[in-house]
Amino acid sequence: MHAIVGTIPREQFPLIPGEVGLMDNELCIGGNRVPVNRGTPALLAAAIKAGELLGLPAPYGYVVGDIGHGDGSRRLYEYLTLHLPQSDFESITLHYLLPDVNWHNRVLAKLDEAVRRPRLIADAGFMYAAKMSGKSLQYDLFTPDIGELAFLADEEAPHPFYTRGFILHEESRVPDLISRAYAHNNAARHLLVKGEKDYIANEKGIQAIIDQPVEEAMEVIGGTGDTLTGIVTALIDTGMEIIEAASVAARANRLAGYYAKPNAATQVIEIVNHIPKALEEVLGENERGAPWEELSQGESA
Amino acid sequence: MAFFDVFKRRHAETSAGGAPGDRGLLIFENTSEVIRAERVLKARGWEIRVMGPPPEIRSGCDLVIEIPLIEELNILRSLQEAGVLPKDVVPVTSPLLKPVDLFKVKELDRYLMVRAANMKLTVDKETKTIVNVSGGGCPDVPYLAQEMVGKTLMEAPSPREIGHTLCGYALQLAYKEATRRCTQ
Repeated sequence: MHAIVGTIPREQFPLIPGEVGLMDNELCIGGNRVPVNRGTPALLAAAIKAGELLGLPAPYGYVVGDIGHGDGSRRLYEYLTLHLPQSDFESITLHYLLPDVNWHNRVLAKLDEAVRRPRLIADAGFMYAAKMSGKSLQYDLFTPDIGELAFLADEEAPHPFYTRGFILHEESRVPDLISRAYAHNNAARHLLVKGEKDYIANEKGIQAIIDQPVEEAMEVIGGTGDTLTGIVTALIDTGMEIIEAASVAARANRLAGYYAKPNAATQVIEIVNHIPKALEEVLGENERGAPWEELSQGESA
Repeated sequence: MAFFDVFKRRHAETSAGGAPGDRGLLIFENTSEVIRAERVLKARGWEIRVMGPPPEIRSGCDLVIEIPLIEELNILRSLQEAGVLPKDVVPVTSPLLKPVDLFKVKELDRYLMVRAANMKLTVDKETKTIVNVSGGGCPDVPYLAQEMVGKTLMEAPSPREIGHTLCGYALQLAYKEATRRCTQ
């Protein structure tokens, strides 16, 4: 079973631990319904859709309302330190929380006391805190976009807002940025870099590049990175090896976008609804031989 | 608005002048208080700037206000009158971080996307409607998107007014740049 940790963009939303469902395009958790726009609700919705196809139980959510003040995030951090030691999750994905290094370190320390050490995936604010803590290598997977990769590559920056100008956020620089992030121990054991091309890397370098199909509008649709993290979360929960899971997830997310026929005004729920079909197709391709290896030919890996 | 003037002065070594030893840092509980205090101090004519904190006092999503230390008491009095006192005042002992000041702009048919740091804002150029907000990792991003998407640039609340984090600041930069480009 996998757990997903994050925030809901409502100030008064209570702290709720529990299984999360999806009904009529809304999340259902603890008797509350939440629309799926972007952020952690989009990640949860994608994990649920992927999990249904994969035969997984519903994800276990730890969510709380926070619109940026940080009070909800801090309550959730504290709750995690109290309850994670008794948990027994296969994997945990930590997502939109106000980055706070002190609380991050306390949560990470408590995870060492868990019944078993889960595989750890971090994205968004929790990934920012993980990088700033200097403990990135304790994570199995980070899922940054290009701007966030530049932040990981800048050993001085405590937040993407402060990434130094000479570290350019350009697609063509991705291999260099990945190398730099690993050189300073600011990357997780694996990276899934989301962009015009999706790069899967580890400390040895780029292991796969997923660049098909191309839907240019995906870059600007809020939540498409969250759905990718949700799909890879579900795949990792099946026990799939991380590089393969990231490759399948990247291709499935692109294909779901392709099926949605998006433009720049498309909302992410339209893509979420195509995830099962896309993932089923990609898993079928995967059984016949990973198609992305051919697509990646000619790329410097 | 004043915070974002920092970006216009990207070539200035120190906007308020003086050696580091003359400078102090106002440290607040959260970034919302920083922006309130900044408004108060700018409105009263103080030469201050909003910056990233030095490593020894960073917690993750921070801004601090750099002030001339010699004016500390007067500045604190102004802030006390406005009800937004800092939790601490410390001298500047190491270089401060400058925020990102680069934009990436992309046109997609009738839409314009502006990226600042890790935040992207996309606008329908014909209707001036904000159609998407993406990127970011702080918890006000989904909230900002919820409040802004579907509204025109003129109708939507600015991230400066309802955002609370560095991602909110970055979105403000993208919003400001998109507004400038769409109203030229």
